Amino acid sequence: MTDLLELNHVSRRFGGLLAVDNVSFRLKGEGITALVGPNGAGKTTCFNLIAGAFPPTEGSIKFGGQPIAGYPAEKICRLGIGRTFQIVRPMRDMTVLENAMVGAFSWTRKVSEARDAAREALDMVGLGPKVEASISKLTLPDRKMLETAKALSTRPRLLLLDEVMAGLRPPEAAAVVAVLRRLAEKGLSILLVEHVMRIVMEAAEHVIVLHHGAKIAEGTPQYIVSHPEVVAGYLGEGFRA
Amino acid sequence: MQKKRDAFPDLRAVLGSLAAFAVLAALGSVLNPYLISLLTIVFLFTFIGQSWSMMLGLGGQLSIGHALFVGIGAYSIAVLNIRYGLSPWFGLVVGMILAAIFGASLAWLSFRFEVRGIYFALLTIAAAEFARIVFSGWEFVGAMQGLFFPAQSGSNSLWMLRGDARFYYFVALAAVFVGVSVTAVIRQSFLGYVWRAMRDDEDASRALGVRTFLHKILVVSVSGAWAAVGGGLLALVQGSVFPDSIMGMGISVDILVGPVVGGLGTAFGPLIGTLITLPLDHLASAIGNKLGIPGLNNVVYGLALIAAVWLLPDGIWPALMNSVKSLTRLRWFGNLQMQQVKK
Repeated sequence: MTDLLELNHVSRRFGGLLAVDNVSFRLKGEGITALVGPNGAGKTTCFNLIAGAFPPTEGSIKFGGQPIAGYPAEKICRLGIGRTFQIVRPMRDMTVLENAMVGAFSWTRKVSEARDAAREALDMVGLGPKVEASISKLTLPDRKMLETAKALSTRPRLLLLDEVMAGLRPPEAAAVVAVLRRLAEKGLSILLVEHVMRIVMEAAEHVIVLHHGAKIAEGTPQYIVSHPEVVAGYLGEGFRA
Repeated sequence: MQKKRDAFPDLRAVLGSLAAFAVLAALGSVLNPYLISLLTIVFLFTFIGQSWSMMLGLGGQLSIGHALFVGIGAYSIAVLNIRYGLSPWFGLVVGMILAAIFGASLAWLSFRFEVRGIYFALLTIAAAEFARIVFSGWEFVGAMQGLFFPAQSGSNSLWMLRGDARFYYFVALAAVFVGVSVTAVIRQSFLGYVWRAMRDDEDASRALGVRTFLHKILVVSVSGAWAAVGGGLLALVQGSVFPDSIMGMGISVDILVGPVVGGLGTAFGPLIGTLITLPLDHLASAIGNKLGIPGLNNVVYGLALIAAVWLLPDGIWPALMNSVKSLTRLRWFGNLQMQQVKK
């Protein structure tokens, strides 16, 4: 069986800066994978390459066996990759429900179908009671979940979540982790960029560590925290204790 | 804040707007000739303004050269009718098709090379001015001397779209009605959602699968075709077409004032806005002439616009709807309270 997502020797250069350096990894069809690393490690760039915000300078990206490197964002979305943005980007003049409906129009033109799918996605992330609210009334955790619901309503097979838990308090983050678990159980593959190692340990089954744009380790969370290079370069010696 | 500002969720809204149009239609048979001709022009600019407002208010694409499409529509009708004696209906269709093609080409060229936002707006000005200059030197379409429709004789004819002032009042009113309905329908359809998403954040909407390149071309060509119909009707009402008056920058600016004041992208905004701004312009220039102060209309007009945009940045129509909504909400809240007391 082919892997859902496959990155082969992917690099991205911005002028003199090599933001992503020869990164290769594969994702299976389901479960939660975390992409971790210090600031500037190239996690978000990696995301943008997969989601088609810009093309890789070198290397190939395959989704379900199909090469997608260089495709525009909307085409990649339509193939089944949903994404959120690190800085939340709601459509300000639209309600919560309307925001979530936009993604559904990538597979239907029926407003009623889009509305149902959007409600379903909003229920899934716990925004069910706030569907008619205007964006300005949402709290930060709600906005993050709205981003997730927007991406979910495109009915993706792979969901890219860029720091959806950054800035959340521990109970809020725990609620998000529960949501992600439920989504993964439904057969969705989730790739997560995350800063907080504690959340990663809790949520992810598989962890990929980037450092200075390159992949330095990959494996189960237990393996990662005992990996000497990761501990030295990212977690710090204190983590071992 | 602006949510559902003119969505047509219930029968009441539909009935309300039908009633408003019934009143305007009834006025058509009682008003004096001056008001009839003034309102006819108001309606035509409303209709053209609706096309412009859809493009910016829903699609997020600013045009300051809508006179291009108005001119294409006007000349299509004038040439086919005056030179070949064809019914203006043919001219309307030909004008729509030509404007859609020109609009799509302009949009394609622009967006293909990532010309966005204000730079696209500059390109629309350039296109309109280019067309004006071409038409000014083109003998076949009358060049600077323009084209004149034959003088009206005989009874009103819907087929030839010729008639008296009252006839045009009703034609223009029907156009506005169609414009309001089309705007409302588009807003409620998937296009409305996708276009508003694209307007609010182009890159984020692309990540949600919106083919923005396609939709930007679509909104420009639909808006252009729509404006061409308005331009054709405007030519018929004025009885003549000249490059400077139908394709000039003045037209492009006159088009956008009503919708901005009334409420961008809404179904009724352009009508409310134009109903206020255009008569105000006429009134100010009449007073200016009487007092012997030429240009007073521009000063008054300008000040009124600044005031409107300052006080009601979203436009008159959304502000109106919000206050109505808060009134009904209060009443509903009151009912709820009473029921709870009864319990």
